[in-house]
Amino acid sequence: MNQPNIPLSDHVQTDKWTKGLSDAEVPLEVHDLTVAYHHKPVLYGVDLRIPPGKLIGIIGPNGAGKSTLIKAIMGLIPTDSGWVRLFGESNKKNLRRVGYVPQRESVDWDFPVNVMDVVLMGRYGKLGLFKRPKKQDRDIACACLEKVKMMPYADRQIANLSGGQQQRVFLARALAQESDLYLMDEPFAGVDAATESSIISLLHELRKQGKTILVVHHDLPTARNYFDMLVLLNMRLVDFGPTEEVFTYDKLQKTYGGRLTILSEVADAVRQTKS
Amino acid sequence: MNELIPAWDWQTVVVAPWTTDLPIYGWIVLMGFFVCAACGLAGNYLILRRMALVGDAISHSVLPGLAIGFLVANAWSIGGGADDASASSHGFSYGLAVFIGSLVAGIVTTMLIEIIHKRTRIKQDAAIGITFSTLFALGVVLISVYADKVDLDADCVLHGEIAFVSIQPFTSLAGHEIAPDPVVRMGMVALLTLGLVLLFYKELLVSSFDPGLASSMGINATCVHYALMCWLSVIVISAFEAVGAILVIAMLILPGATASLLTTRFPKVMMLSILHAALSTVVGVHLAIWLNSSTAGCMVVAGSGLFGLAWAFSPSQGLLKQWWRRRRTPLPDAQVIAPDHSDVEVP
Ligand SMILES: Nc1ncnc2c1ncn2[C@@H]1O[C@H](COP(=O)(O)OP(=O)(O)OP(=O)(O)O)[C@@H](O)[C@H]1O
Ligand SMILES: [Mg+2]
Repeated sequence: MNQPNIPLSDHVQTDKWTKGLSDAEVPLEVHDLTVAYHHKPVLYGVDLRIPPGKLIGIIGPNGAGKSTLIKAIMGLIPTDSGWVRLFGESNKKNLRRVGYVPQRESVDWDFPVNVMDVVLMGRYGKLGLFKRPKKQDRDIACACLEKVKMMPYADRQIANLSGGQQQRVFLARALAQESDLYLMDEPFAGVDAATESSIISLLHELRKQGKTILVVHHDLPTARNYFDMLVLLNMRLVDFGPTEEVFTYDKLQKTYGGRLTILSEVADAVRQTKS
Repeated sequence: MNELIPAWDWQTVVVAPWTTDLPIYGWIVLMGFFVCAACGLAGNYLILRRMALVGDAISHSVLPGLAIGFLVANAWSIGGGADDASASSHGFSYGLAVFIGSLVAGIVTTMLIEIIHKRTRIKQDAAIGITFSTLFALGVVLISVYADKVDLDADCVLHGEIAFVSIQPFTSLAGHEIAPDPVVRMGMVALLTLGLVLLFYKELLVSSFDPGLASSMGINATCVHYALMCWLSVIVISAFEAVGAILVIAMLILPGATASLLTTRFPKVMMLSILHAALSTVVGVHLAIWLNSSTAGCMVVAGSGLFGLAWAFSPSQGLLKQWWRRRRTPLPDAQVIAPDHSDVEVP
């Protein structure tokens, strides 16, 4: 069997950032998570304990398993070993407290629903079986649309939106879920700079309310400024900690190992932070 | 004289089915409507999930299920010894065995498609093709091997005739004959379909649109998928014997496809597909009388005709509209079509 070429991680102290918190206060705990597609592992023994009230970036090269990690946390794909706990309970039990923003390509945008319908879907989890959304749910949905500046498009069929607008609809839907933990897979993909910064201020507002937000992010220079903490991932967990501590040349090089074009970008990013 | 186009006789083609011949055509229309409506409602979800061909697959692969059901029922009745008094109960156990056999076949089809598609690199459409052709062939082989025991031929399964529905045995309740058996059965299936669609509206919608979101709400998308497929098998099987496969396969797709040309809201899509079901049934029946042809075939032709009309005249995507737009409106100046950024907050 040929061993895949993956960077070996130092022992990352997993409970360093959640000391003194009870299990129910830890929004997300991942233990020894291994996931394989067709017997080819893409995530090896990932250990994470995420502290509450933080805006956390997940970075790593293409194919690092970032989306896979999020899907595994959501219980959308089978895992080969390890477990995931949300707020001290199994992920099955507490998934309702999680808002999920999938990669935009993961849904069919020709679906016969309009923007309002999609945001209302975010309320379905709070409604019981057989119940219809009520006025209160509509009001919340409207408020969420307002927050992402999409209210003028409420009646629009989702196919007739630009990529960035679609992304904002997804964000509004996640807000409507009123979750305590948010998992967002590349919410900034295809979004213009103005929208990106309005989304970021929205995320800061959520953080102020004590919510925990995990964001898969691709742009290294902005990652430095956006996030309180970073998860460096490349099949294994390379490191996890406050941005100032882990956003270093060595650690990023280890994460993006051997990819020269990206390395120069990393170097730029690190140099920027130094200056 | 044999003309190319049959003579149009207002009396026989249009009036008679609703007056003198109502006892015959009333049941045909009702049956056709139940089949088309049930198929249309369930078919909408297939279209949304991009699984339109799964219906086709299930309707072919129930054949081995039917065959095995027949064999099992045969084995029972040989063991039990048949005399006239218990004939009706035998009819019932036949029906039940065949029904269960087909249901199992439907579920096996769904599972095979899922397994092939998930566990290998083969895409879903290819997985569907492999599964249903294999199972259909298995059915053909079973029927020919046990030709003496299985009173079934592949043709009759695919071409059941809705025109004979009024001469089927009637269901009676408290001594009154209510309606032909297949109509009662299909009516219940159609009503249940509507009920399920209304009850589980949210769950079906969200798990079709975004399985990830569904599972975060505790809705198991896989369970919903299998439940939908089971129910699809029930619809297909109930419709099958009476109306044949052509109507079922076509009506899983046509109503939903037609409706989605006309509206972009899901509840309206559902309502329009029921309307499509009703219209194609009625038009199809008249067409069949006029052309003296297969009723199910004519219903499908009518349904396709409606699809064509919707395509031509749809207010948003219609051919006419497109042609009109291209002719009448010159492209606006770049200034006018420049994106409006007033909705975006500039930091
Ligand atoms: N459905 C799948 N079947 C097989 N392999 C898969 C599947 N999804 C992902 N993979 C593989 O798993 C690995 C990790 O994929 P993942 O989508 O998690 O990467 P990612 O970090 O999100 O990458 P990106 O930055 O491109 O989004 C990749 O090597 C990919 O080829
Ligand atoms: Mg990804």
